[in-house]
Amino acid sequence: MRQSGMNRRDLLKSLGAAGMATGSASWSALAAAQAPISVGFIYVGTKDDYGYNQAHAESVAEVKKWAGLKVVEEENVPETAGVQKTMQGMVSQDGATLLFPTSFGYFDPHMLAVAAKNPAVRFAHCGGLWTEGKHPKNTGSFFGYIDEAQYLNGIVAGHMTKSKKLGFVAAKPIPQVLRNINAFTMGARSVDPAITTTVIFTGDWSMAVKEAEATNSLADQGADVFTMHVDGPKVVVETAARRGKFVCGYHASQAKLAPNAYLTGAEWNWIVAYKQIIDAARSGKPHPNFVRGGLKDGFVKTSPYGSMVSANAKKQADDVKAAMLKGSFDIFKGPLKDNAGKTVIEAGKVFKQTDPALEAMDYLVDGVVGKPA
Amino acid sequence: MKLSARSIEAIESFGLPLAALAGALLLFGVFVWFGGKSPLEAWALLFKGAFGDWFSWQNSLQRAAPLMLTALCVAIPARAGLIVIGGEGALVLGGLACAGLPYLLALPANAFGTALLLLAAAAAGAAWIALVGVLRQWRGVNETISSLLLAYTAIALFKHIVEGPMRDPASLNKPSTRPLAEGLRIVGMFDSDVHWGLVYGVVACIALGVWLFFTTQGFATRVVGGNARAARLVGLPSTRIIVVACAIGGACAGLAGGIEVAAVHTNANASLIAGLGYAGILVAFVARQNPWLVMPVAVLFGGFGAAGSLLQRRLGVPDASVLVLQGFAFLLILASDALRGRLFVPAARDAVAHPVLATSLTPKEAT
Repeated sequence: MRQSGMNRRDLLKSLGAAGMATGSASWSALAAAQAPISVGFIYVGTKDDYGYNQAHAESVAEVKKWAGLKVVEEENVPETAGVQKTMQGMVSQDGATLLFPTSFGYFDPHMLAVAAKNPAVRFAHCGGLWTEGKHPKNTGSFFGYIDEAQYLNGIVAGHMTKSKKLGFVAAKPIPQVLRNINAFTMGARSVDPAITTTVIFTGDWSMAVKEAEATNSLADQGADVFTMHVDGPKVVVETAARRGKFVCGYHASQAKLAPNAYLTGAEWNWIVAYKQIIDAARSGKPHPNFVRGGLKDGFVKTSPYGSMVSANAKKQADDVKAAMLKGSFDIFKGPLKDNAGKTVIEAGKVFKQTDPALEAMDYLVDGVVGKPA
Repeated sequence: MKLSARSIEAIESFGLPLAALAGALLLFGVFVWFGGKSPLEAWALLFKGAFGDWFSWQNSLQRAAPLMLTALCVAIPARAGLIVIGGEGALVLGGLACAGLPYLLALPANAFGTALLLLAAAAAGAAWIALVGVLRQWRGVNETISSLLLAYTAIALFKHIVEGPMRDPASLNKPSTRPLAEGLRIVGMFDSDVHWGLVYGVVACIALGVWLFFTTQGFATRVVGGNARAARLVGLPSTRIIVVACAIGGACAGLAGGIEVAAVHTNANASLIAGLGYAGILVAFVARQNPWLVMPVAVLFGGFGAAGSLLQRRLGVPDASVLVLQGFAFLLILASDALRGRLFVPAARDAVAHPVLATSLTPKEAT
């Protein structure tokens, strides 16, 4: 997020100034910056799921290389009392002072419960909506605007589809998912307004059998480019490839699974958020409570294009990407209608990516075949 | 020294599972060694993580609490001769009933209100598993299959209601019901992290053990489970007994769901579907469907969970390695049952071959 970037720079400046002013302050700041700390990462699935958890684990593998940092990890931790115990165990048994519970369901009540008991420990949750005044200061949330990368997926898909029908396999009709479906569809329709996206909700985050059924069913209905929002995109990618369809990835790169079908993908790049939060903890600066960022901030990235992606597709996607990197491109702006014909964004109204209203999205835009609830 | 049949049985009851557990740990050590890690370190971490200090004990006990109740959902119907494996369904519906009751009634935000919530949870679970018994007795539907399929039905129903009619509009990215009022929740015992749910589990295990082994009804249930034809011949109402056993088991699993909601989640949401009902099947089988043995076995399984957590963090092994240990333990404990009655061949044969003689001995001679 732009604001927090500014905050950091401001803080650095003021810290530097303080250091100049008093020698002792600069010494303590230096000592704090070098103090080794223990950091814990918790995943809801396995670290090699070709999806959400792998995206985190890949960045954590980079974090492990940093000096003066001890990293403890735990995978397959359910969103029950188990995760509270894991968090408390990381604090009590491993001496962790900064925790990254990465699954959405860890936030409320689990992380908040453990945070209340450990006011000296910092908690950085992935995906939650940290709210000033409602949640304690030693907690926070970080997330990325991956809908930007899904918009670019949509542009490439829009160029590569022949049937003008795209398929989207999604877990649940919640705001984060709806936002991706909408961005993907709008990207595709910026190429050709006749394109539609058909969405199937499987009902949960890891439903291998239903994901395969949904992919096959969409392929039978004529969809020829697929993308998804489930925890592990492996099944959708492999099934679509087996049916001879194209696919745009999500979470991490699935190019290895289907090199001949993988066009591009929307990937997380959590290392940027991790660094910001870990640096703050190491230097004793206030805990960044609300961290957000998109392509421009390096929070998300796109997979390299597959060899079959046409030059036109690459050009348009690269142009829009350049505009996004400059900060001069807005995905959600009026006039925008949902797929029931109702105006959801008035003409002239532009939502910046940082707007919390977008994190409460409850509609599917015109061009999506499916219902948001 | 000559051992009596009774003491041989006691040695076998405790010795065999312990030896099996030791064997599982040994095999796990070999497995860890092949993975290039020190087995000694792994064993030390297993112990430290599960039972090494007060924190670890709390961790193991808290994980054990729901397992005791879901294991009873298998053990009690098993005593009436039914293999019910759908406790997960009763658990989620129990959780739903607990979260749903405040939608219907204005509850007092105190212990009485909590009791009503748990009662609703138990009733929902009881009805669901009783349905399994009814289907079997009146329609001849295999209870193992029907309970499993009904569990899927229950989960679908749960998701539909949580994400539809009962959804709290404030729960954006994690559809949930409205949270329970502060006063209705179950809190930790004596300032520890272990909540009162553990007490419900322990009390249920002890009480149902007493019911099973020391009451006429419990005896009748065991007769029906031992030989249904014989039970009918002596005039026992086997259908009623089976349905009641199912309902009791279901009530336990439903209670587990209610406690998870009231003590941990504070509302009903998909995180409740965490496989606690299925883990209970393992616990019940390892405990040989004995409600009293369910308690230590559940604590052992809770310990596996707690130890696995530490093992992952310290040794950097994948979560699956703890499943390997659980698999070894489960298989060996069940396989060791085959050795029962064969360890002390001569003495055991005497006891079995001359039952009349054995019973006619005075206690003094027998020892």
